[in-house]
Amino acid sequence: MRRPVTFLLTAMLLLAMQPASAIAPEESLADPVQQAAYEHLTNEVRCLVCQNQTIADSTAPLAVDLRREIRRLLEAGQSEEQVKTFLLERYGDFVLYRPRWQTNTAMLWLAPGLLLLIGAAALWRIISRRTSLPIPTEDGDPPSGT
Amino acid sequence: MWRYLLPGGIFALLVAVFAVGLFRDPGYVPSPLIGKPAPEFSLPRLDDPQKNLQRQDLLGKTSLVNVWATWCTGCRQEHETLLTLAREGGVPIFGINWKDDPVLARQWLQQLGNPYAAVGVDEEGVTAIDWGVYGAPETFLVGPDGTVLYKHIAPMTLAVWRDEFMPRIAAARSGISP
Repeated sequence: MRRPVTFLLTAMLLLAMQPASAIAPEESLADPVQQAAYEHLTNEVRCLVCQNQTIADSTAPLAVDLRREIRRLLEAGQSEEQVKTFLLERYGDFVLYRPRWQTNTAMLWLAPGLLLLIGAAALWRIISRRTSLPIPTEDGDPPSGT
Repeated sequence: MWRYLLPGGIFALLVAVFAVGLFRDPGYVPSPLIGKPAPEFSLPRLDDPQKNLQRQDLLGKTSLVNVWATWCTGCRQEHETLLTLAREGGVPIFGINWKDDPVLARQWLQQLGNPYAAVGVDEEGVTAIDWGVYGAPETFLVGPDGTVLYKHIAPMTLAVWRDEFMPRIAAARSGISP
């Protein structure tokens, strides 16, 4: 008698554990290419009100407005690059999570590679210096008489 | 020598970078519009929806464009300052009523006083996006030729007016860009 109740409760709990989505799903764009561009773009654009969210994640009124504008521009036949330029002209470089390659973003893009190179160079120096050291004997003294 | 100088130097450099970063406001987003022509817009006026407030209305004199709404507490905070500036500032203040209820907006102006030469209603927020608005209140300084000279994000204060707006207005009048 208890079994069906347990089953039912478990089933109800499992059903309740659906992943919650942040935003009510919007109607997708008629053109699948445009829809893909829309999904890609909204995940690349920073919500300026809640700065660590993309406008796809955010329910802030400004994010809703920006999503609507992006849909409108894409439906009007604009390319992803054109939409990005539209946003950059209004909100500046900060609006893109992946800023464009420019003189003021060069350091941002190059720093990780440079740091890796510096680290590798330091590592190489240390290893090459250590390998050229004489190998200590068992009692810890360098071998004598060579 | 280098063994101590190099790590010490790198450490000092990092401390300097972090110290600068610590005192910068991450919420501040510089406007790419400064030095560029103000965006085209045409909005129905709050006092008379048959009429429009548009970019042309800004031309010919230095003016302020203030983005506000009744839901915005910072706007309530700066309202007294705007009233003072409307009386004594010597420049017209144009309002953009952003994502607001026009009925509430009209009430607000009736109760608190109206500092605006004219207010355009932007219920959808389309003009606000063209102006790069992300949080009210925002106040733009627009030159007589329609160039955006400055943008202040946060409630307007008399100190900000004196330190940031007045020198730029004086420079615009004498024809030298700051």
